[in-house]
Amino acid sequence: MRLWRKIVKTGRVAEPAPLRDPDAPRPGVAAELAGSVQIRHVDAGSCNGCEVEIASAFGPVYDAERYGARLVASPRHADALLVTGPVTRNMEMALRRTHDAVAEPRLVIALGDCARNCGVFVGAYGVAGAVSDVVPVDVEVPGCPPEPEVIVAALRGLTGR
Amino acid sequence: MSGVVGAVLQVIVIAVGSPLLVGVMRQVRARLEGRAGAGIAQPWRDLRKLMRKEAIAPHGTGWVFRAAPPLLAGTALVVAAVVPLVTTASPLDGVADLFAVTALLALGSVALALAALDTGTAFGGMGASREMTVLALVEPTILVSIFALSIRVGSTSLGSIVTATVEDPLSVISPVSVLAAVALAIVTIAETGRIPVDNPSTHLELTMIHEAMVLEYAGPDLALIEWASAMRLSVLLGLLASLFFPLGISGASTGALALLVSVIALVVKVTLMGALLAAGEVFMAKLRLFRVPELLAGSFLLALLAVAASFFLA
Repeated sequence: MRLWRKIVKTGRVAEPAPLRDPDAPRPGVAAELAGSVQIRHVDAGSCNGCEVEIASAFGPVYDAERYGARLVASPRHADALLVTGPVTRNMEMALRRTHDAVAEPRLVIALGDCARNCGVFVGAYGVAGAVSDVVPVDVEVPGCPPEPEVIVAALRGLTGR
Repeated sequence: MSGVVGAVLQVIVIAVGSPLLVGVMRQVRARLEGRAGAGIAQPWRDLRKLMRKEAIAPHGTGWVFRAAPPLLAGTALVVAAVVPLVTTASPLDGVADLFAVTALLALGSVALALAALDTGTAFGGMGASREMTVLALVEPTILVSIFALSIRVGSTSLGSIVTATVEDPLSVISPVSVLAAVALAIVTIAETGRIPVDNPSTHLELTMIHEAMVLEYAGPDLALIEWASAMRLSVLLGLLASLFFPLGISGASTGALALLVSVIALVVKVTLMGALLAAGEVFMAKLRLFRVPELLAGSFLLALLAVAASFFLA
């Protein structure tokens, strides 16, 4: 009963949906997905800053799920890989294999400055390179870490909703 | 004739409506969690997209892996045609009684578990072993609890059990029905992989039961499995509604209007039960795996008591 009162008192915490940014990058493949993008998150060596922001993008306030994006548990279920962090030597092969496991049509999102150009880790001894050095990248989301609004806007570019 | 039309209608309603039921349940959960939700058509959008994707099978898998999704969807469709949902006079009722229905449901589950073993991955094997544990406890409970209801009627045909309830609606208010209803409700939750037995939206492989078995499926195969799971959920909820609250279900000779009323009654009943189940899930956490057999053994005991009560109170 206490939980029920809490639910009634809290009501809807999701913020009203902002207008979709028409300039958000929309690769041609995204149109085939028609409003449903399943995402597999791959941490290729991130500091977990981006993970916190992804968690809030899919949390109740930003609610990325309302635009048709959903995080899934297996790359086989996924349409898009959400890669964070510079690709470390240990994760290079794992990222390649994960990319191969995704069924066509597939997309890769490089999330955060580390994923785009290695960020502060550029030239570090354990880093194999940016995400685009390992797998082809379709969408880049800048920021260190990117704010949930930016992540949601990028995902809306893929779902088209 | 109305039996054939009714059977066709209920297959169509289940096939088209079950992804929408999943959408409604997700929407109810989202609203209670303070989220906006993706809308009730999202499962259909997901299925449409999955059907267009490339079909890939992992290396080293054979025909067992490929045969499971069509078998699962096929058994779900057959069960949807047999079980009294819109009409009690399904033309298939004579060849498929409650034993056949339970066996068909089990056939789908076993096919999927074998496919999960066929992938050779750790999580597939783990999911298969867990599914078999749950299945071994669930199937006897379904059989025994419906058996308790069939003793009063003197027939194992689901159609005649529901017809008897329609003719004498007050017979539902008896210890036998109440015990059987509770047992069957628990079993429905376990068989369809909902909280507290399994969490359909989990990302943690170690806690998965049903999801762990389908981790390796992609594209159209995955679409078939998700569609079949949704159909099994709506069929079991519909069966629960028909057995204990058969309001508006059609008999052997009814007109088109009565069939339409039955379809609407079925949709309303199943949607309400689904929404109630989803709302209940918000208030519950998943049970620890080792506690699940206790819950299911409890439901089996209730079913057994229902059978005993039906003999002593008859």
